[in-house]
Amino acid sequence: MFSFLVKRLLQSIVVLIAVALIAFSLFKFVGDPINNMVGQDTTLDEREALRERLGLNDPFPIQFYHFITDAAVGDFGISYRHKIPVSDLIAERAPATLELSIISALLAVFIGIPMGVYTAIHRSGFISRSFMTLSLVGISLPTFLIGILFIFLFGVILRWLPTFGRGEVVAIGWWTTGLLTWSGIKSLILPSITLALFQMTLIMRLVRTEMLEVLCTDYIKFARARGLKENAVNFGHALKNTLIPVITIIGLQLGLVMAFAIITETVFQWPGMGMLFIQSIEEVDVPVMAAYLMMISLIFVGINLLVDILYAYVDPRLTIDGGSKHG
Amino acid sequence: MSIMKKILTTSAIASIILGASAASANTLRFAFQGDAQSLDPHGLNETFTLGFLSNVYEGLTMLDQDLKVIPGLATSWEVTSPTSIVFKLRPGVKFHNGNSFNADDVIFTWKRTLSEGSDQKVRGAMVKNIVKLDDLTIEVQTQGPQPLMPSEWAWIFIMDKEWSEANGAGNAANVKEENANGYTLNHANGTGPFEIVSRQPDVKTVFKRSANHWNTIDSNITDIIFTPVKQAATRTAALISGELDMVYPIPVQDWKRLDSESGVSAIRGPEARTIFLGMDQFRDELLYSNIKGKNPLKDLRVRKAMAHALNLDLIKKKIMRGASTPTGLMIAPQVNGFNADYNTPYKYDPALSKQLLTEAGYPDGFEITIDCPNNRYVNDEKICQAAASMMAKVGIKMKVLAQPKSKYFGKVLAQNNYDTSMYLLGWTPGSMDVHNVLLGLLSCQNKESKAGLFNLGNFCNQRVDELQKMVGVETDPAKRQAYIDEAMQIIKDQVAYLPLHQQPLSWGVSDKFSVNQRADNAFDFRYVSKTQ
Repeated sequence: MFSFLVKRLLQSIVVLIAVALIAFSLFKFVGDPINNMVGQDTTLDEREALRERLGLNDPFPIQFYHFITDAAVGDFGISYRHKIPVSDLIAERAPATLELSIISALLAVFIGIPMGVYTAIHRSGFISRSFMTLSLVGISLPTFLIGILFIFLFGVILRWLPTFGRGEVVAIGWWTTGLLTWSGIKSLILPSITLALFQMTLIMRLVRTEMLEVLCTDYIKFARARGLKENAVNFGHALKNTLIPVITIIGLQLGLVMAFAIITETVFQWPGMGMLFIQSIEEVDVPVMAAYLMMISLIFVGINLLVDILYAYVDPRLTIDGGSKHG
Repeated sequence: MSIMKKILTTSAIASIILGASAASANTLRFAFQGDAQSLDPHGLNETFTLGFLSNVYEGLTMLDQDLKVIPGLATSWEVTSPTSIVFKLRPGVKFHNGNSFNADDVIFTWKRTLSEGSDQKVRGAMVKNIVKLDDLTIEVQTQGPQPLMPSEWAWIFIMDKEWSEANGAGNAANVKEENANGYTLNHANGTGPFEIVSRQPDVKTVFKRSANHWNTIDSNITDIIFTPVKQAATRTAALISGELDMVYPIPVQDWKRLDSESGVSAIRGPEARTIFLGMDQFRDELLYSNIKGKNPLKDLRVRKAMAHALNLDLIKKKIMRGASTPTGLMIAPQVNGFNADYNTPYKYDPALSKQLLTEAGYPDGFEITIDCPNNRYVNDEKICQAAASMMAKVGIKMKVLAQPKSKYFGKVLAQNNYDTSMYLLGWTPGSMDVHNVLLGLLSCQNKESKAGLFNLGNFCNQRVDELQKMVGVETDPAKRQAYIDEAMQIIKDQVAYLPLHQQPLSWGVSDKFSVNQRADNAFDFRYVSKTQ
């Protein structure tokens, strides 16, 4: 187990450096940051001086070296646009994104799995069929369209829920939460459902397919033959054995939930990290873009590691020592 | 007392309290597509940031709702010699923290505009020295004659010396020095009619009416909540649902929708921003064309052919929903120096275009690429596409390269050696004076004299250069206008640019509020009121 962890950590570092390199070389194509930092009357000399000061005239390897060595000690520099350290900026925005993603993930898991089980057991019922049809919509409509549809239906026509923002938030130390105020909770409903919808339908369909397969296996037949109760068979025997692929997907999707949050956050003007990232792209705020990408890849790497460990826990047959192939 | 009675009494008290606060508090909630870059008044010379801050800070002079220069923190000024102006400062003005405004604050502010993080160095550098004559009188010694200094300085917001120094903000906030002088990014202390109550960048800024402002303003607004909302659809939805009272900009295609809703309307008016096409007139061979060995755009006949191929009325009707103002000049009517006699656009005459192209030796036209932003001006990309199809009718095959503004400006501006053959650009002179346009867009490129910085195609005419210099120092209005008119005539005859139109301003406003739409698109709280 220990050697596995060390090996995985080393791999993770290589992945992170690769991401940094690719991301950093792409920033060249985003545009010129200087024009967003000065007004139209600023002279050429001043623009050039600013460029020099920011180190944008240095050759690529030197810029990259500075970035990597600073990033290794957690220093991502100062945002071009906000002029404050990037780490402060991300810490300020992280609660909004985390709250949104976690609520969405919970929605996706705790609605998606029961729906999947239900549709697998009652294959041809009316409710199952409508779930399946709805899930098609969820999986095929793009997030921003669903978000805008929700805004117009619940925000503009029915006027039940706010159309944008996070509502009133309460600060607990450095963390801000919208879960403690009525307006905060109301603001969370539309974005979290928008964000959860895709994952929810994915999980539901996955669980359904796996369940259908498992329900046909011999040991389920035996369980039934032993006269076990239907619920014990479905949940105790069948569902448990479908969870391996489901956990993998949920783990990977958790990362995606945060990545998808970019679009949801933009549509709902949700003041999280995704919104920050989009604005940074527009303004060519390189330090923020770099830090965000590094953070997201760190999260992905971490989740993957966690999923591997969870495997061993759920299915003892899988040994992770000795590099056996799995997954 | 029964429970029912209790509830009734409580709700009665509650309604009295609510009623009372509703009568005294008028809150305006508004949104723009982005946020002010920071609260530092010298951090970025850009319309939205400065317009936003003009409600909190004030300059020696100010712009009124028609963009005319009026006294601000100076009550009057007098040109005492060609290079010196004496300003009488307004007595009894207090900053929001209670400090008094005086000559030292002006001198401090001027020095601050020259500090490294400042983006107001150009305006600061108009001044060579400021001499304090007494607490409320200063003599500004300018760098050569600078008759435009008082109007340019409407955008130099005066800061409190004591407050700034006490908070380590003696210099403008600087991107490289970590938080050394970052206090002003999120804190402000001006003399304006509104104070900042709280600010979270990109999320929310709350203003309240200042109790000790020196001037009586028309507005009855007491509190203002600003939230940036990036997506146009979300902004529109929030306005219609009543969560916001005023949002801008509204996409022109949403006007019909707003007009059909009750309780809100789309307010549109002419912006002082002129949209135009520019042409490379200095390279011997175009970078992006199929003509090799020569530059067709150097030929006046070709430029004329292009001018007569553009149907500005059609662009207005089909792309701008009737809301643009076709123009023949590079400046809008609001800009000082505008003369309507010169504002007739080139006539739309494709037959003439073809004839001119044939005379110039391009009977079958030629190919050229036009650079175009796609998120900077109103319908910018669509304008380029329309222009391309109009050019196609006379044989010029124009390819449109439309990119986001960061990419676009990174390509076409000076730091990338003006890497373009043709481009679409929009311009509002910050000073609202024609000299800014003559210097930045119409003078020959010159690094030493800092002229022609945005003259991307380097239209270069010696007489226009001379006239620009004369306009910059001439104080007699009649003579000055004569110089301007002469320059405009040359520019027109030489087809220096292809002016298209002034784009529309587009605000969405709740019917409960009245606003004044200023032509530079700055939102001045002084002219907003709650009407119902």
